[in-house]
Formats: sequence, C-alpha cells, structure tokens
Amino acid sequence: MATPSLLLLLADGRFPAGAHAHSGGLEAAVAAGRVTDLTSLEAFLAGRLATAGLVGAAFAAAAHRAAVLAEFAARSGALTRLDAELDARTAAPALRAVSRRQGRALLRAGRSIWPDAPFADLPATPGGPHQPLVLGLLCAAAGLSRVETAMIAAYGTLTGAASAGVRLLGLDPYQVQALLVGLADACDGTAADAARAADDPPERLPAAAAPLADIHAEIHATWEVRLFAS
Amino acid sequence: MDPHPPLAQAGRALRVGIGGPVGSGKTALVAALCRAFADELRLGVVTNDIYTTEDADFLRRAGVLDPARIRAVETGCCPHTAIRDDIGANLDAVDELAEAVGPLDLVLVESGGDNLTATFSRGLVDRQIFVVDVAGGDKVPRKGGPGVTAADLLVINKTDLAPMVGADLAVMDRDARARRGDLPTLFLSIVGDPTATSVADWIRHELAHHAALHPLAVPVGPA
Repeated sequence: MATPSLLLLLADGRFPAGAHAHSGGLEAAVAAGRVTDLTSLEAFLAGRLATAGLVGAAFAAAAHRAAVLAEFAARSGALTRLDAELDARTAAPALRAVSRRQGRALLRAGRSIWPDAPFADLPATPGGPHQPLVLGLLCAAAGLSRVETAMIAAYGTLTGAASAGVRLLGLDPYQVQALLVGLADACDGTAADAARAADDPPERLPAAAAPLADIHAEIHATWEVRLFAS
Repeated sequence: MDPHPPLAQAGRALRVGIGGPVGSGKTALVAALCRAFADELRLGVVTNDIYTTEDADFLRRAGVLDPARIRAVETGCCPHTAIRDDIGANLDAVDELAEAVGPLDLVLVESGGDNLTATFSRGLVDRQIFVVDVAGGDKVPRKGGPGVTAADLLVINKTDLAPMVGADLAVMDRDARARRGDLPTLFLSIVGDPTATSVADWIRHELAHHAALHPLAVPVGPA
C-alpha cells in the first residue's frame, strides 16, 4: 500500500541516488553563455521539462506499467525493449552513459532500501539499466501509481538543474524556488501526459529532444575542469 | 612490527577514508602510502575532486601506483555529499576497482578538499583519517569539528613548516588530546618521511584488526 510519504521520499533531492553530481546540462549551457540569469534559467528548465523531462517520465511510467505485469518473461521482455527504445532516443553517447550511471546509482540505493523488489526483471545492459527504468520498477515496488512515478521523474529533471543553477550562477535560492512554483502546473501536466503515453507501445513513446543539449553534453564530457559530472 | 600483516578478506578490502581541508596534504599522503604499500598490499585508490580528476591525475603522473588502480569520482560542487550523504558513486568506484584489477586488501578513499565538518559515512569507509596541516594555523585542533574530534586518526601534516609559520606543535598536540580523548594523533612531514611510516604502521594495525573481524573464507596472497 502506497503512502504519500513514499512519493515524497523518492522525489526528495536528498534521496541518495547520485543526483547531486549532475546539472542536467546546465553547466555547459552556463559556460556557453546561454543561461546567465533567472529568465534564461526559467527558459532552460521549461525546455528541459518538455524534452528530457517528458521522455524520462514517459519511460519511467512505461517501466512502472511493465513492472506490474504478472509474468516474469513479460516484465523482463518489456523492460529490455524499453531500455533499447530509450537508448535510441538519447542521441548523445555522453548522455546515454550518464543515464545508465544514474540508473546504477538508483539501483544500488534501491537494492539496499527495498531488497525484495524484483531487480532480476531489469535488463543486464552493460553499464547498467537506464535510470527511468529503475525508477519505474522501484516506484511499483513502493506501491506508487503510474502518474506518481511520472511525477517523480519529471520533477527530478527540474530540481536537479535548478539546484545546479543556484550553485553555478549564485542565483537567489528563493527566486529559483519561485521559478519552480511557476513551473509546477507544467510539471504536473508533463507527468500526466507521460503517464497516458505509457499506454502506447514502446516505439510510440515520446521522443522529444534538444539537439543543442546533446551537443553541449558531448562537449562538456571532454572538459578538463568541470564542477558537475554532466 | 610484523612486516607481513594478515590480509583482508578477498572482495572486502579495508576501506580507509582520507579527508581534511584544501591543501592540507591529503593527496601527498595518499602518494606516500602508495609508496609504502607498493610491494606489500593489493591497493586501490578512489579520489573525489571538486573539479574533475585533478588529484587522480596527480597520482597517475607521480607514478606511485598503476593507473588502473586509481578511480576518480566527480562530486558536483559537493565533495562532502559524495563521501557522507550520497555515497553511491564512491561505492561504484570501489566495485569498479575490484572488477578491473581483482581483489584488493586496502582501498584509500580520498575526499575532495573541504572544511572541518566533512567526514565520511560508515557506509563507505571502515576507518577515517583526517589531515590538517600546521600552515593552516595551530588553532585548528582547538577549533575541533567532527573531522578533528571523531576521525579514527588525526594527522597533523607539514611539521617541517612549523618554524616558518610560527605554529606551536606542543599547542596543537595538547589541543588535539583535549578534543580527541584516547583517539590517536600523529605528526607528519612527508618531506622528511616520503613513505609516511607512522601512518602506514597505523593502517597495518587496522588491517590486522579488520582481518580478525572478517576471517578469511579462502586464504589469499599478494597479487
């Protein structure tokens, strides 16, 4: 039985799944001079929600849907298929690696916190399963709903980058939180869209992308000095 | 001192955290310990940098350890988070070391330079060393903080600089004792002792203790 507290626990930026080391592409955008203040941060966050946020939330919701299937073969097959589909939607090799690294981090936390969750359902992809798949499986194990799963995923794509904005640009933390309040409706809407999309077959799941973010991610991965891992 | 301490259980190396403020000599201590244990233990090192992989690169360039035995963790502006609150990336790095080079006896986890409040999670390390230096001021032990008061070993480094910076080692010793009770404190100058003998001996002692707590399922020998 789900409790609202478990939704909050999994959405909390302090949940130990490695999010603190990632800026969601913001560090590269700041260095390129594209994000400099609250206004440009808001545009960045809205864009991130509409692309990585929607895709990640849809795949987390679809993984949740797969994770509650009755048969092991059906669960495992569906999750393997989702892993490949998400790979295809992640054009930048650096971002594929980041998603798998974050999936591994969440998996490590999940194994320790919910040892009885059906981790064997996840594909044994080299480098680890993509993060949204692990999130969907854990949310199902925690008894959360599909839309709650999508909400955690969408919200996480916003808060990680927003927190990085406070650190990288020295922005007023109250004003950055106010930006997130302003984006709350969009975040809820994205989560609802993502949860609905999870009814579609894997190849029909959202594939929104931002080529500039992909290019930035590839360049960022080559920097000698950086504060964030991505 | 027994020159052949018992080895830790295969697959479960003793993990020793090395923390302390920026510039106190953590990386130099890690390099010294690499020299000390080169022919004695199966060693791995994990570094946590605030900026990318500077410390790992230093150790690789210093040639004190096979580069395959060094892993760097990036910490997203928050070196203390990666060693205390959200330790997954460091645990991953420890696992990757063992996967890459086989079982290890000892893994040194060096924190990114931080402040006096940064300590390691017990979920990440078995023992922790806190490194401060005389040039940071002889008041540091008196100021305390969890690193100074609770680390399993406090190292007061760069004693060779004490006359130049006007640091009173007796004051530092007295304050450290007052803060730490029975916990040990060692004074160190890597300039005069490039293998950090006293710290290496302390680790050997902890290794023996660790091996006694984790009896060997299968006998293992040096690689």
